[in-house]
Amino acid sequence: MSTDAVEKSELVTLTIDDVEVSVPKGTLVIRAAEQIGVQIPRFCDHPLLEPVGACRQCLVEVLDAGNGRGMPKPPASCTLAVADGMVVRTQATSKVADKAQQGTMEFLLINHPLDCPMCDKGGECPLQNQAMSNGRGESRYIEEKRTYPKPINISTQVLLDRERCVLCARCTRFSEQIAGDPFIEMIERGALQQVGIYENEPFDSYFSGNTIQVCPVGALTSSSYRFRSRPFDLVSTPSVGEHDACGSAIRVDHRRGKVMRRLSGNDPEVNEEWITDKDRFAFTYAQSGDRIETPLVRDEESGELRPASWPAAFAVAARGLAAAGERGGVGVLTGGRLTAEDAYAYSKFARVALDTNDIDFRARPHTPEEAGFLAALVAGRGLGVEYADLEGASSVLLVGLEPEDEAGTIFLRLRKAARASGRKPVLSIAPFTSPGLRKMHGTLVRTAPGDEPRALDETELDRDAVILVGERVAEVPGGLTAAARLAARTGARMAWVPRRAGDRGALDAGCLPQLLPGGRLVDDAAARVDIGTVWGATVPSAPGRDGAAILAAAAAGELGGLVVAGVDPVDLADPRAGAALDAAGFLVSLELRESAVTERADVVFPVAPAVNKAGTFVNWEGRPRPFETVMPEPAALPDLRVLAGIAEEMGPGLGFRTVQEARTEMAEIGEWDGERATFPGRSEASEAETSAAAGPSGLASSALTPDPATTATDAPASSASSVSGSAVQAVLASWKQMVDDGRMQDGDPAYKGTARKPVLLVSAAMLERLGVPEGALVELTGTVGSVVLPAKVADLPDGVCWTATNSGGVNLARDVGVHTGSVVRLEGGPA
Amino acid sequence: MVDALTPVLSDLWDADRPWTLETYRDAGGYSALDKAFGMEPSAIVEMVKDSGLRGRGGAGFPTGMKWGFIPQDPDKPGGDKPKYLVVNADESEPGTCKDIPLMMANPHVLVEGVIISAFAIRAEHAFIYVRGEVLHVVRRLQRAVQEAYLAGHLGTDIHGTGYNLELTVHAGAGAYICGEETALLDSLEGRRGQPRLRPPFPAVAGLYAAPTVINNVETIASVVPVVRNGPEWFGSMGTEKSKGMTLYSLSGHVAKPGQYEAPLGVTLRELLDIAGGVREGHELKFWTPGGSSTPILTGEHLDVPLDYEAVGEAGSMLGTKALQIFDETTCVVRAVLRWTEFYKHESCGKCTPCREGTWWLVQVLARLERGEGTENDLEVLLDQCDNILGRAFCALGDGATSPITSSIQYFREEYLQHLTEGGCPFDPAASTLFAKEGATA
Repeated sequence: MSTDAVEKSELVTLTIDDVEVSVPKGTLVIRAAEQIGVQIPRFCDHPLLEPVGACRQCLVEVLDAGNGRGMPKPPASCTLAVADGMVVRTQATSKVADKAQQGTMEFLLINHPLDCPMCDKGGECPLQNQAMSNGRGESRYIEEKRTYPKPINISTQVLLDRERCVLCARCTRFSEQIAGDPFIEMIERGALQQVGIYENEPFDSYFSGNTIQVCPVGALTSSSYRFRSRPFDLVSTPSVGEHDACGSAIRVDHRRGKVMRRLSGNDPEVNEEWITDKDRFAFTYAQSGDRIETPLVRDEESGELRPASWPAAFAVAARGLAAAGERGGVGVLTGGRLTAEDAYAYSKFARVALDTNDIDFRARPHTPEEAGFLAALVAGRGLGVEYADLEGASSVLLVGLEPEDEAGTIFLRLRKAARASGRKPVLSIAPFTSPGLRKMHGTLVRTAPGDEPRALDETELDRDAVILVGERVAEVPGGLTAAARLAARTGARMAWVPRRAGDRGALDAGCLPQLLPGGRLVDDAAARVDIGTVWGATVPSAPGRDGAAILAAAAAGELGGLVVAGVDPVDLADPRAGAALDAAGFLVSLELRESAVTERADVVFPVAPAVNKAGTFVNWEGRPRPFETVMPEPAALPDLRVLAGIAEEMGPGLGFRTVQEARTEMAEIGEWDGERATFPGRSEASEAETSAAAGPSGLASSALTPDPATTATDAPASSASSVSGSAVQAVLASWKQMVDDGRMQDGDPAYKGTARKPVLLVSAAMLERLGVPEGALVELTGTVGSVVLPAKVADLPDGVCWTATNSGGVNLARDVGVHTGSVVRLEGGPA
Repeated sequence: MVDALTPVLSDLWDADRPWTLETYRDAGGYSALDKAFGMEPSAIVEMVKDSGLRGRGGAGFPTGMKWGFIPQDPDKPGGDKPKYLVVNADESEPGTCKDIPLMMANPHVLVEGVIISAFAIRAEHAFIYVRGEVLHVVRRLQRAVQEAYLAGHLGTDIHGTGYNLELTVHAGAGAYICGEETALLDSLEGRRGQPRLRPPFPAVAGLYAAPTVINNVETIASVVPVVRNGPEWFGSMGTEKSKGMTLYSLSGHVAKPGQYEAPLGVTLRELLDIAGGVREGHELKFWTPGGSSTPILTGEHLDVPLDYEAVGEAGSMLGTKALQIFDETTCVVRAVLRWTEFYKHESCGKCTPCREGTWWLVQVLARLERGEGTENDLEVLLDQCDNILGRAFCALGDGATSPITSSIQYFREEYLQHLTEGGCPFDPAASTLFAKEGATA
């Protein structure tokens, strides 16, 4: 490492346009010139793509190549590494360089249409800009331009106007090098060279939108933005992606109160210059027709929800919650869309206004084991493993995490790490080799659902390794314990990667029954006093219930009420969650759009989507990613403002009403240097301890335990056997794909069209037992229904099948009644 | 004058079935192999260096020096990887026609050269990348390689030396760009042929990112007589810096077109004398010394020694020694337009100047040929060429400008004549080889 550091700091001194500049060895001249403020025009060059030297726009004159001799031809500065003593002249001081650049620009323009006034890129176009700065005013080209029928659909989302293309190959290089989805490639030759698609394969990429952004002309456009707006009419605001826990920097462009598009921001420490298509295109959910626009209160006589004023709704909610508190208490369930500030408000609201520790942010299957893991190892720990560490790690072990689907930025980093290292640093404990794992040049540790603890115990890592634990590991009894044990045993660093943007912030804010903000423990009197001092209130010490227990209590009529925000009951493990909501005495819902919760609620408060409020998402690294309001919308209040309104009706209030005030208070609380939770895997846990934490009791204590009859936790996958004829039993493995039926992806059919086609993956042996050929339809049956899917072979363990959790209109929990680990029945149908 | 010829590579061409192993062996073929196997590989490299053999593919790079760039030290970059020898047999330059007749008439001299050269650079796999359109040649090569395998000259433990060599004949699909050595490597690897960024150079990271020597057919074939007869013998022919014999290909308006093997430094006047002169009743107007990518020369250059240095001093390049002869019936604008159309068609599209430049050049030249335009178009043409030459990614773009700039240099008046006369002043039929005797412009 230290020698690397020395090498990196080795400086080379050269002269560019008579200015001496020292840059790290290996720097390209085009970037060294930027250091002295000279921008050499360029098209194919991109700092994150490998140099290609194709467009020849960045030619410079080299009077001395560092060896005392000049270069006879003007070289491309994007492929020329600096050398000591090099003397370079750019267009700023060299007639040769200037003429060479003007010549290339003239060539580029001869076949380029003059449709700038109607081109999406007009106004933000590198070709347009550089033609003005480094081109000639009048064209000498009087002949006919090359034309093509337009446009070509590369995917439902990405369109190509070939005549505008300057063939810089940025898009094809991005696809091949960065995303690893090389479904576009240059075809034909000469002036007829063009970007083509692989006829038999769609441009099946979760990162396709980046090709539009890196295109230096208007050749690539998106269906959703094409012909919609002019760059100079847009107001651009930096923000943060709200779709996953990556914390990607984005730029939101809006016009007249409407978001027109989103672009990748540039954050070298996080997402570099790339974002997922989800972060780019999935923003129309906030503009959908089912947005709740006013507070709603259930009419006592008609039983219908009717609009109410904010003060009236606050009063009704406060009254109802106070009464519910008397009747057995109120539980708080929050979901993954919350900002850290909003989560903090819920955490405080529960403790101060509702006097309870019944709060849980985990809107998904969860266990006490997970809560213990998060409390001890993640909550309030600050910045831990970083993106850069993924590149430097000796190996990266993934467990319960499919980065391409669940954390796109991690996927890109791991792919980059694998490509740069020339090794295969990625290991994945997963049921099969996913396309993403292949693209990360990863190695599969083939594992059936439920077998992860054993796989973790059998894994060897060194101290420079990193373990990325996905939130899905919580579904496996003993999984998180085994992960912690592995980290303790090997000294490898570990990070927890949730799927949703708000989860880490909610954890840090104390949205768990045993936690207060900053990883402080409810059980710890000193922590309660510490927080109580800031809050000016007494923090309740009674043990709280987790989400599953809250719902169970509600279903049993033990709870007086519920406050629910950003939770879809379908995401919870318990199919009876909806009934539990019905049974809750008094239900307050804070929601963006109509949902299964709002239709049951007694009071519904509309809340602001991320675009209408400021906030912070704490990403999986533990890195706070603050963002400010993109578009102010007076009628859309952030959750914390709504909670403050209710709390003020109930008593002294929350002590803040704005995001800024909440941030100030959170900063005041600061880090915690007191007692932390402990977790068995971290210490030298005995086998007994481990199995106690890992055994079925982990799930048994949860009211959300699925019906034992459908669970395979104690039945090895391989024992699943054929039941009859072409019907077989299998253990289900599943996760949510990036582009799926999630509600925050509603409203853009072109984006939805890039989703992967639903498919049922089985092993070759199982396909044989099913007695159908690959591609034939197979019926998957669970406890409440079935789904018919085309079968495909994957390298799954025998007895295990895989399909996506929420794709193609089928939600496995809602429509089939199954989830990962369930035993399902498969029956081959006609091909 | 016949004495000027030195048939070495072409010596067997008039033998009975010269492409067979039997004929080749009876003439002493594959005897250089044992001599080479008796030497240290590095000694063969030295011998080739000493001979002064330079690349016959056009650039004239010293062959032994190129071989010396291959890292043989395992600690050097690429030194621990397998080495490859690739023979560039993708002859497709307009006018160039030496490798194809050579492989057609005597493929075994190439195979023997491959074995010696691969042994010298310690390669255990060699490739001949041959233009796929010349099917007859591909078949002869494949048969020759098969014969060599059967005779034990290829395969494992060759001649009991313990040296192993596989030789693969690969038929390219006929793209001119695949004659560019790095595009050839991409094509050979199964990709679309486009030139690669250098560095890394093929000597360090070539085929499959391993150290690779890429040589022209004639170069590799010439290694055989160098080894057989010694570097001094080879150096006794030719000029001081351009040693040895080479194949000159005369084509066009010449009485006896064909391959003439002579020492480097022979003049066109001498070669024309042997070849029966310009076609009957006509006189030389212009000619290319080494294919269409080399600037044209005229009658005033008849006595320029055809070696690398002298042709360079005359403002052109020796190139592939493809001497295309054009007599006074030929319209230079028309000839240049046809060549330029070739470059436009063959531009790979990777870089802007070549891709767009050749597209534009054709349109301007076509206009000029039709007599449309102004004298200023000549300045535009020259400026376009200036913006392509040395600005393109590889030499294809440079080559496309040579005929234009050189023809305007020598025949500006003829270009203008097209404009003043409103079209081409020539009768295109008169320049054809089937034109009636005595036809004139």
